[in-house]
Amino acid sequence: MRLLLALLCCLALPAKAEEIVLGLSSEAVAITATFDGSDILIFGAVKRDRPATLGEPLEVIITVSGPLTPVTVRHKERWMGIWINTDAVEVDAAPSFYAVATSGPLDQILTQTEDLRQRISIPRAIRSVGANVDNTADFTDALIRIRSDEGLYQVRENTVDFEEETLFRTEISLPANLIEGNYATRIFLTRDGAVVDAYESVIAVQKVGIERWLFNLAHEMPLAYGILSLCIAITAGWAASAAFQGVRR
Amino acid sequence: MQIYLPIAEVSVNAFLLLGLGGLVGILSGMFGVGGGFLITPLLFIAGIPPAVAVATSANQIVASSFSALLAHLKRKTVDIPMGSVLLAGGLVGSGLGVMLFNLLKAQGQVDLLVKLCYVVFLGIVGGLMLWESLRALLRARRTGGAAVRRKHNWVHNLPLKMKFRVSGLYISVIPPLVVGLFVGVLAAVMGVGGGFIMVPAMIYLLGMPTKVVIGTSLFQIIFVTGFTTLLHATTNYTVDIVLAVMLIIGGVVGAQIGTRIGSKMKAEQLRILLALLVLAVCIQLAFDLLLRPSELYSADVT
Repeated sequence: MRLLLALLCCLALPAKAEEIVLGLSSEAVAITATFDGSDILIFGAVKRDRPATLGEPLEVIITVSGPLTPVTVRHKERWMGIWINTDAVEVDAAPSFYAVATSGPLDQILTQTEDLRQRISIPRAIRSVGANVDNTADFTDALIRIRSDEGLYQVRENTVDFEEETLFRTEISLPANLIEGNYATRIFLTRDGAVVDAYESVIAVQKVGIERWLFNLAHEMPLAYGILSLCIAITAGWAASAAFQGVRR
Repeated sequence: MQIYLPIAEVSVNAFLLLGLGGLVGILSGMFGVGGGFLITPLLFIAGIPPAVAVATSANQIVASSFSALLAHLKRKTVDIPMGSVLLAGGLVGSGLGVMLFNLLKAQGQVDLLVKLCYVVFLGIVGGLMLWESLRALLRARRTGGAAVRRKHNWVHNLPLKMKFRVSGLYISVIPPLVVGLFVGVLAAVMGVGGGFIMVPAMIYLLGMPTKVVIGTSLFQIIFVTGFTTLLHATTNYTVDIVLAVMLIIGGVVGAQIGTRIGSKMKAEQLRILLALLVLAVCIQLAFDLLLRPSELYSADVT
């Protein structure tokens, strides 16, 4: 149905030479109590109104970005024998999760200017303005390094299967330590380093069931939530004591 | 088995959490310490965000301490009047401590100060206890009898005297109030129950018998950590109930085992073990401050 709709939209618009038709294995990720990461299959096709032109091959870049949040990056230095935080840089907006999957080496299939314009590569996806330290780049590099080690930032070159320059598919694995929000999914078609078409969709990541209920309770009725926590603690303490009393007799 | 924590927003192994809770529960029952100084750094290592770790361990300490307290109440080793006096000082102290904490936070470097507090106090307390216990043990061996503690020092010559029947003491309420206040401040700044300072303070400053000290310390810890839990839940929303339940299940069982072990051991042996444990955590934290970290940068979501 969605495919049909997309096709209809394509027909209605003034025809571009090559356009993306997209599918996602799931449009929403539910965080349940036993959530342990999730793999998302992203697939689609290139629709064209005339046979594929000769020349430079067509390439595909897929990005998935978590919600943007401000981050403070601190740097440690030795001071009187102990290591303490000295400088700090406030990064205005960094995605909580970011994955780039491509059908070829990123620096060959995308020019610097297009990267700047579309904010595709990881350093471009992080926005940092008004930092008051000389070596801001060291701080953003450190942020990328830390999050890459945690599996939150991923560069996966050559992981998009692109057949006959028409059908493409890739799998993005979302880690277990996901935060809630809308994960923007973007697909770019590039030729000779330039973006010829882009498509954007959203994967909603949300807590469900008891996870959702507890999160809401904690934020909407904090006092009741706090008292509930204490009641559980006291009851559990009493129950264990009573149980062991029984065992000893 | 992985479990996703709704407030911490991370997925962790459920058995790891049960084990951590159990370990700290055993210590809680044996020594009368809440175990906050141990569980909080362990949760950091398990990947729980620091704010959630501090708030949730306070909640867990309530459960394991309550379980252990019931066992102590049965054996009549809780001095409730003394505990109440300490608690009165403690609540005022934790209020002051929260204010001090926010002041330090505004100046930056709060992490460093908390760590320095840990190293300094754990070092002093652990060192003194080890020294004192080893001496007592040696003395007991030489004379062949139990060590006789000095019953009177300057602490016992202050006004406002009160009778503490269970402890067998007739002393002024000022020293316990001051001890409670001081521990309350430290507890709020360091995010712990404060048992590891309270226990030696009661033994060496107030001259209370070791057997009574543990139950009384537990009594006071329950209220201070309960207060802290509520404070964190209402202001920072950082108490993770799922994490707390996992730690509690391990903790309450551990506390019961710990109390049984504790009642079978000599007071001097208990004190040496606690001293060694405190010193081990102190050395670990000192290394963190002194050694060059593998990653010089750190990132915090603001």
